[in-house]
Amino acid sequence: MSHAPTPSQTVGPFYGYALPFPGGSEVAPAGHPDTVTVHGYVLDGLGSPVPDAIVETWQPAPDGSRTGLPGSLRRDPSSGKVIGRDGVDFTGFGRTPTDAAGRWFVRTLPPGGVPYLCAAVFARGLVHHLYTRVYLPDLLDEGAEAADPLLQSLDAERRATLIATRTDPRTYRFDIRLQGDDETVFLEFS
Amino acid sequence: MTARDLPAHPLPDGLSQQEIDSEVARAQAAAEPGAHHPPRDYPPYRSSHFRHPHRSLIPVRDPEAVELSGPAFGVTDVTALDRDLTAQHAGEPLGERITVTGRVLDRAGRPVRGQLVEVWQANASGRYAHQLDQHPAPLDPNFTGFGRCLTDDDGGYSFTTVKPGAYPWRNHTNAWRPAHIHFSLFGTSFSQRLVTQMYFPGDPLLPYDPVIRSVTDQAARERLVSTYDHDLSVPEWSLGYRWDIVLDGPCATWTEEEGDA
Repeated sequence: MSHAPTPSQTVGPFYGYALPFPGGSEVAPAGHPDTVTVHGYVLDGLGSPVPDAIVETWQPAPDGSRTGLPGSLRRDPSSGKVIGRDGVDFTGFGRTPTDAAGRWFVRTLPPGGVPYLCAAVFARGLVHHLYTRVYLPDLLDEGAEAADPLLQSLDAERRATLIATRTDPRTYRFDIRLQGDDETVFLEFS
Repeated sequence: MTARDLPAHPLPDGLSQQEIDSEVARAQAAAEPGAHHPPRDYPPYRSSHFRHPHRSLIPVRDPEAVELSGPAFGVTDVTALDRDLTAQHAGEPLGERITVTGRVLDRAGRPVRGQLVEVWQANASGRYAHQLDQHPAPLDPNFTGFGRCLTDDDGGYSFTTVKPGAYPWRNHTNAWRPAHIHFSLFGTSFSQRLVTQMYFPGDPLLPYDPVIRSVTDQAARERLVSTYDHDLSVPEWSLGYRWDIVLDGPCATWTEEEGDA
């Protein structure tokens, strides 16, 4: 017997003191030499930045493990404060609110086994979050692109919205366009 | 491309409640019957206008998709006090003390164990501890209004808090949000992620609110409303509300037999 799901509701405008946590964007252990930065803007249908969005990322560890590890929001039991990841475990989970300019970023390690990070976007005005993927071009040689069922199902123009642009050897730009001609490809899982 | 004839402009500022109600009725008539989730294009909630995709979502059926796994949380991520929103400051917050309790399940009715539940809410006067909330209702120095817990082996969660107040917003003239608690939930897979809002039974503002009305199916809307449970009320201490949550989406152990068509 299937249970009817609880409906989604917008995250609203006032999550800012609740959901973001220190180090939410810092998924890579501090100082790890393989760290890459993915950054970009969340943009609305007018091309305006969205300053009240949250982007969450989830990915396999560099060794390909998909179980994740606890400790993204590690807390000090005496003060209750978030003390950040322990710098050893790779939790695979990141959470970044966009800043006042509508920009998000995550510093992480390249995922093992797949060429992409999973992303979910939440925002005021968005009644149900959106899933997308950030494909990292360095991990996407011709073979990997041909083997990826999602990329293969898209025409070149739509596919391009999922592939980050490398702006220096360890930095990638990935804008999330919620609406418009160059709208990002969003995904559903059923 | 599945472009539709979409209105180029959002509904104007300053509509009356009656005008918004007609837009709600129009959106409801146009909606897919029995839809579990709100349509992202929902004109009566005006800020949705430029913030939803015009193209169809792309279905991912790849059994190897990473979204079928998800993040893990554990004892390092929460402290024992996080579930009590009335115990985060030196003094007691003002308002009606309540407990909110329920279970987190997947579509097959299995408990979601050891996963993170986050809540946030306005204080008893209807004011958020957020500097962009300028509603002229008092802040409460003894109430911040967010909490976290991990679900137990039965999928259970529980929070102690105060009942949030209703508050005005600027979607239309005389727009008021019914009392609600925001919830953020994780399942066993990233594809089960849910952010939603819990409402209170009998709230007279529910019919007027385009946010809950964005869920166009009445039975689905009712699943957002908690139940007053007298057995959960604690004598001379707190009133009890029960709210169970069912996460949509495939999870890591989902199989064809368990999925519904």
